[in-house]
Amino acid sequence: MNPRITLATAGRVLRQLRHDPRTIGLLLVVPVVLVTLLRLVYDGKPQIFDRIGAPLLGVFPLITMFLVTSIATLRERTSGTLERLLTMPLAKLDLLLGYALAFGAFAVLQVAIATAVALGPLGLHVAGPAWLILVLAVANAVLGTALGLFVSAFAASEFQAVQFMPAVILPQLLLCGLLLPRGQMQTVLRWVSNALPLSYAIDGLTRVTSTPGVPGAVLADLGIVLGCIVAALGLGAATLRRRTA
Amino acid sequence: MTSTGGTVSETAGAVTGTGGTVVVDGLLVVRGGNEVLPGVSCSVQPGTVTGLLGPSGCGKTTLMRAIVGVQRIAGGSVQVLGMPAGSAPLRGRVGYRSQASAVYADLTVAENLRYFAAVLHAPASDVDRALADVDLAPQANQLVGSLSGGQLARVSLASALLGAPEVLVLDEPTVGLDPVLRRDLWALFHRLADAGITIFVSSHVMDEATRCNRLFLMRTGRFLAEDTPAGLLRQTGADDIETAFLRLIDAAREREGASA
Repeated sequence: MNPRITLATAGRVLRQLRHDPRTIGLLLVVPVVLVTLLRLVYDGKPQIFDRIGAPLLGVFPLITMFLVTSIATLRERTSGTLERLLTMPLAKLDLLLGYALAFGAFAVLQVAIATAVALGPLGLHVAGPAWLILVLAVANAVLGTALGLFVSAFAASEFQAVQFMPAVILPQLLLCGLLLPRGQMQTVLRWVSNALPLSYAIDGLTRVTSTPGVPGAVLADLGIVLGCIVAALGLGAATLRRRTA
Repeated sequence: MTSTGGTVSETAGAVTGTGGTVVVDGLLVVRGGNEVLPGVSCSVQPGTVTGLLGPSGCGKTTLMRAIVGVQRIAGGSVQVLGMPAGSAPLRGRVGYRSQASAVYADLTVAENLRYFAAVLHAPASDVDRALADVDLAPQANQLVGSLSGGQLARVSLASALLGAPEVLVLDEPTVGLDPVLRRDLWALFHRLADAGITIFVSSHVMDEATRCNRLFLMRTGRFLAEDTPAGLLRQTGADDIETAFLRLIDAAREREGASA
């Protein structure tokens, strides 16, 4: 691994994004529109908006970064750039961390805008500090990128890559505690929920919603999400092969 | 090299023994249950422009991918600069231009080259040199996605020229280029070879074969001949390389027919 190559890769990924203003617009505007819609849906029930607002701010970057990364990586495979890079002195982790850094940095912007709109004009009330929402949501974005890098190894086409979103992300969304608190779930479902990374990100954001300050439990949740990022990147590196058939 | 027989395998065997920049020995590649390369051997001599010719689907790309170390192989060995192909010290010493353009369509020409140069630890000045080599300096700030097919092929080639490669493996680098550019690029290949770089270049255009120092003629995963262009003409009694190649193919077919 080489920090210079990692940073060059992150810079390259961001430059690709810069040439695609429509994708930038969608990545930045869609979460704001969705959180605004959510506020309007619960117009008569602000307490519900307050309860699920912050957790959902963490879900948007997970989904968008997962999708963007799986398609970007698939393009690297099909266009031959991945093969070219793998004949060069580039460590697999240089590529994976380059993507994680680039999309993580972009997620800071994405989450900051959506969180500012939610806490400001939309009047979202949370007990904890806003920066903690930002940290957890950006961790979620990087988790989405790491999962996208990993599963793209199993996608041979854009059709397959897109199908991995409902396959990998939606079960986590169903079981993360947003629809039903995880404590009230059937035992087996709770076990599954305990094994899924999004559960901890949502746990953390729910705690920020209700608890002032920086509780140790939130840091523990964050630690688990970071651990899952490292694991997904490790699996991504393990499934990335220099030699292919 | 069991069924090709005759002078061909003797020649290839003799060259293999002398060692070279690239030494392929009994390379076996199986894909989808088929032996794409059923145990081939060859050797590319340093500082030469060596051509790999044959109809599409004959295994040229597979052989080249094995030499740059991205092809999964089922047997045999490939040595480049005395090391196993694809080993870490070789990355950066072997330049590869695959048949896919292998550049980012959503970056400009210069952004593509600057990124690959950074990965190769090549100086920034390499980008301008490579652009000049392929006559693409005016398009430096153009998005790759908006280039013509010939320009795209040249961005891809320029990427392989970055850094200080000692071996260049070029898979059909002149496809879709006009005659003037093709002549210029072949002149560039010979300048690079004169500077000591070993060039292994594939093509299915027979008139390009005459510009090579040495030629490998390949068909269905096997070598039909390995010689200089003049040697091939002598060996087959043909007036041009295309006729020579066709005669060798017909002879191979006859042998297959006789043994069937």
